[in-house]
Formats: sequence, C-alpha cells, structure tokens
Amino acid sequence: MSSNTVKNQRSLGNMAKSVIRKQIFIPIAALFLLVLFNLIADPSFFQISYQPNSEGFNVLSGNIISIIDRASELVILAIGMTLVTSASGGQDISVGATIAIAGSVVLRVLCGSNTRPETLQAPIIVAFLVCAVVSMIFGAFNGVLVSWFKIQPMVATLILFTAGRSIAAWINNNELPVISDPKFAYYGNFIPGIPVPTPVFISILCMIAIALALKFTNLRLYCQSVGINPNSSRLNGINPQMIKFISFVILGLCVAVAGFIKVSRLSTINYSVVAKDIEMDAILAVALGGNALGGGKFNMTASIIGAYVIQFLTTTLYKYDVNSEAISAYKAVVVIILVVLSAPIVREKLGEFKKKIIPSKAVSKEAV
Amino acid sequence: MSSNSFQIPKLKKADRAPMTDTKVLLIITIAVFLVMYFCAVVFLGKGFTKPQTFFNILNENAALIILSCGMSLVMITGGIDISVGQVTALVCMSCAVHLDYHGGSVFTALLIALGIGLAFGLVQGYLIAYLKIQPFIVTLAGLFFAKGMTTIVNATQFNVENEEFKALKATRITVPGMGSINKTGVYVPAYVEIGVIVALLVVIFLFALLRWTKLGRSFYAVGGNNQSANMLGINVTHTKFMAHLLCGFLAGIGGFVYFMHVGSGSPSHAAGAEMNAIASSIIGGTMLTGGVGNIIGTLFGVLALSTIKNIVSSLGLDEAWWTNITIAAMLCIFLLVQSVVLARKNNKK
Repeated sequence: MSSNTVKNQRSLGNMAKSVIRKQIFIPIAALFLLVLFNLIADPSFFQISYQPNSEGFNVLSGNIISIIDRASELVILAIGMTLVTSASGGQDISVGATIAIAGSVVLRVLCGSNTRPETLQAPIIVAFLVCAVVSMIFGAFNGVLVSWFKIQPMVATLILFTAGRSIAAWINNNELPVISDPKFAYYGNFIPGIPVPTPVFISILCMIAIALALKFTNLRLYCQSVGINPNSSRLNGINPQMIKFISFVILGLCVAVAGFIKVSRLSTINYSVVAKDIEMDAILAVALGGNALGGGKFNMTASIIGAYVIQFLTTTLYKYDVNSEAISAYKAVVVIILVVLSAPIVREKLGEFKKKIIPSKAVSKEAV
Repeated sequence: MSSNSFQIPKLKKADRAPMTDTKVLLIITIAVFLVMYFCAVVFLGKGFTKPQTFFNILNENAALIILSCGMSLVMITGGIDISVGQVTALVCMSCAVHLDYHGGSVFTALLIALGIGLAFGLVQGYLIAYLKIQPFIVTLAGLFFAKGMTTIVNATQFNVENEEFKALKATRITVPGMGSINKTGVYVPAYVEIGVIVALLVVIFLFALLRWTKLGRSFYAVGGNNQSANMLGINVTHTKFMAHLLCGFLAGIGGFVYFMHVGSGSPSHAAGAEMNAIASSIIGGTMLTGGVGNIIGTLFGVLALSTIKNIVSSLGLDEAWWTNITIAAMLCIFLLVQSVVLARKNNKK
C-alpha cells in the first residue's frame, strides 16, 4: 500500500515536472496568474453580456470578448514573428510601420483619388490582395537584407521602422481617407447577425492555415534547422538564405492581414498611431511563448497563447486606469523578468540552486 | 599586402589590421559629407555659405553627437543600444520636473541626469554582459521602460522657468573669426551653445580612449572576435559591460545637453533619436558586426545626416516624411556598402 502511494506520488511528481518542462507551460502559467489576479481583484471582469450594440443587433460584449477580439492582430503577427525568430535568430521591428503601410494601401485602393468616396472604388478583395502583395514586397525587402546581405535582422528592419510610417503617409499624400461603406467595417467589427467579432474568425483562419502549413510542409523543420545552424543545414541541402527570405515574406503576409483588420476597425487610419508599439508586443508574445529569441526551435501554439496573454495584461492594466503610454513601462519589466529567467546562465544557477534544495525534499518524501 | 611585411613592429601591425576597414569607411563618410555640403552651397546657395548655418547644425545636434558616440562604442564591441533616445526623453522630463516643481538647482539636475544614464547603463550592461542576454532585447525593454517612466514622471509638455537654468541655456560662445553680415548690415559673430563644447570634449575624450587606452583597444578586440580576445587575456564580459555602462552614461550627458538645447520636458522629446544615432554611427563607418569604427567617423556621420535633413527641408520638401525616408535610404545604402566591404574582407581570407 504505502509503496504504491509513494510510486503514485513519484509518478505525479514526474508528471508535474514534465508539464513544467514543457514550453507551453510558461504562457499558460502566465495566463493562469492573470486570470487568478482578476478573479480575486474583481470577478466582474469576466462578465459577458449579450446586448444590442450601436447598430441594433445583439452581440457579445465584455472584457474577455474584447481581449480575444483585440488580440487578433497580435496573434496573426506572432505567427509570422515566430517563424522569423526561428529562422533568422532575430526579430522584425518594422511590423508596426509596415502595418501602417498595409492599411494605407488598402485605403488608397478603396478610395482612389477621392479621400471621402461615397462608394468603394474597388472591390474589397482587390484592396486586400494589393495590400498583401505590397506587404510581402516590403517583407521581401527585409528578407533580402537579412538573408543575402547578412545584416542583423533588427538592424535591417530598422530601415523600415524609420521610414515605414512616412511611406504610409506618403501613399495617401498625408491625407486621412475615411470609408463610409459599412461593408468595409465588417472585417474589423461585427457582421450583422453574428454575435462574435469578425477578427476572431480571421485569426482562427490564420491559425488553421499555419497549422496546416506546419503539418504538411517542411516549413517547421527547415526553419528550425536554419535557426540552429545555417551552415550544417546548407550542407544538408537546405538553402538557408531562401528559408530566411520565405519567413520574412510570410511575416509580410501576416502584416497585411493585421493591417487590413486595423483599418477596418476604424474605417480610417492615423499613420503615427496605428499599431504603435505592436512590434514590442509581438516580440514579447514570442518570448512569452518560451521560444528562444536567438533562433532555433519554436512552438507556435505557445506563441499564440503568449499573444493572448499580452492582450490580457494590457486590458487588465487599462482596467486599472493605467495611462496607455505608461503601460509600456510595466510591459518592459515583464520582458526583463522573462528574458532574465530564460537566460542560460540564470537557468544554470537556478538548476544548481534546485539541486541543493531538492535532495532534502526527496529525502523527506521518502520518510513520509 | 604591404602591411604583411615583417619590418613593422608587432604592436603596430595589430593596430593596423582593424584600421584599414575603418579608414575606407571613414573616407567614404567624410567624402559624402563634403560633397553634400558642397552641393548644398552650390545649388541651394546663400543659407549654406554662412558659417552660422554650419554652427546651427552643430547646436541642434550636439546631443545627437554624444548619443551617437555612445552608440559607436557599443557597436564597436558588437552590441547595440536602442534605449538612448527614450533615456534622453526621461532625463529631460526628470530634470524639468526637478527644476520647476521641486525647486532644484541646475547642479542637482545634472546629477539626476548622470544618475539616470548610469542606472540604465549599469542594469543594461549587467544583463547583456553578465547574463548574456541579447543586447537588442534588453535595450528594447529599456526603451519601453524609459518611455513609460517618462509619462509616469509627467505626462504633459512644459517649459522650464527656472532662472538659473534659463541663463545657462541662453549662454552662447562666439566663435572667433567667424561671422556674417546680416540683412541690416550688422556683423553678427557666429556662436555655439555650451552643448557643442561638451559634445566636442566627449568626442576628443572617446577618440583618445579608443586610440590609446587598454580599455579602448579591448573594445575593438572584443568586437572583432570574442574568443580571440578572450584568449589574449581580455576580460570580455567586463569590456562589454564597460561599453554599455559608458553608453548609458553618455546617454545621460546627451540627455542633459538635449535638455539645455530645448529647455522643456516632454514625453515626445528625442523620439527616434536612437534611430538617428544608429544611422549616424553606421554612416560614420562603424560596422554592426563589431570591431570596426571610429569616433571621428561618427562625428561626420552626424554631420552628414543633419546636413541631409537641412537640405531636405530647404528644398521645400519639409513634410516630415521626406526626412525619414531620406534617412532610411541613406542608412540602407551605407548598410549595403558595409555588407559589401565585409564580403570582400571574407573573400580575401
């Protein structure tokens, strides 16, 4: 009997250990902590209501819905950012600026030369396709600099980070076009009759797409091997430059989708504010997912959950009336704690520390 | 291949090997600056022929020169620091609040500025050098922390009314022998602000540091090759730490100089200064891969960058986007040049 229970305890302990060791544990633990905090501080945080909105049909609303809704762009970006991080060992800091470009292109195509058109000048799908192509070209620009000119990703993307918002303003002659057609707003808000915000569906579509891509192509394997060791992957017949390039182009596509949602939310754009600081959030999502920021192995699910955690954190901070500008300070502290904890040297030290404590624990367990 | 001849004493040879790339890039930068300024004088005429135009470029960019010097130090060791711009904003805001709301003196404000810079340098340096975290991530977090802290200290812009500070801000040093005759026919001597003197002192100090001190040489060694530097007995960790510490400290000084120039505190101060600093360093011939760079080049990098800004604005294209786009284009071109230089170097090997 007693030996059995000990065994059970041990296997439970092992199970706990293996769960903790799993990469996905980090974002889920963070999510759990945030949920717990909100439950204790104010349970009404989780209220979901089903009320008519300003357009007169019933929709779901509440903090949780708004988190899932608002996190959509971030989730989509996190997908691309994870691939880029894995393959190139660096991050793209131009995503916020390229979102501005993508949004600007959408508006330019839809509005034509008139900034306040009565009717759309082009079908929405055409606008989206043009914006996808443009974003992928900008992604390709970054990709070329990184893969063929061997410039560090963060510095190469610095170019678009500096120029992106200016280019976005230039595309529309620094005017702020407004689209009055309600159909365009469906993609960022609600489709009449469906109580869930559309961006949620778009982000789920993106997740399915990337899941299929990872399942049925060699994308995951190639990205990881290039990230771990470009030279040996080259010797194994993979073209590391091409893989890095492709990862940046995929990020470009993700940016296009995110930019499209962003402009659809407001039906207009503000070049200097749209998607501000989203690059930080996207990198944070990847880091929170426990992915190595230096490249190599990645876990897409963890990144996606990471993105939701970030949005959860943001919404929680907003709820406690933290100034939107000041939020970045709190996030920075979270980033620092995360990277410090995931630094190899700190891990080693923690491991040694654990070894000192755990033997005594094991002994006491045996005694019980 | 004459540098391979054996008559040259060993020490000098070690000095010379990393200097060749530096020289090529330095000459490109100085040439670009001179050509640009010359073109501006020829095609845009009057404004650029006045000495004061040149000194105004210095006055406006004294802080940027200091920030870029710090950035070059870090980049020579192979790191990067993108927090400097927001640290500048934080320094401005803290000093402004200290002077106006707490009735502090200029001296204590200066101490605060240096303290903030040192604190950022210490923490970031420790995380990067001793915990071996990617510099970009650490300083990105530093950037956002400084940004958030600036708004926490004070969220709105205001001008400093402290008399002592105003006197300091208005102090102008005339440049002997330079000047121009203005519209009413009065001779106006050219002047510079205190910040420029500070910036030039920093440039001279860092030039000497990088050229003649053990620490300066070990910056190059660490940036050139971590492992060989380690085998030569250089404490790589400590060197990297010192580079980031110095960069943070310089960000503090640069922040105060910026504060002296603008005389106000605002969360949007020095927005994008880190990008300008990185761009200046790169244009000035500092290689991102580390081990190559020159403070004089950085100085010319800042001058080239700000001349382009002036040209763009005097062409009448003063919509903000053109400045950014030209800076980005310049950054792109110089990055490609570097990449080519590096590729050639690797081929030689």
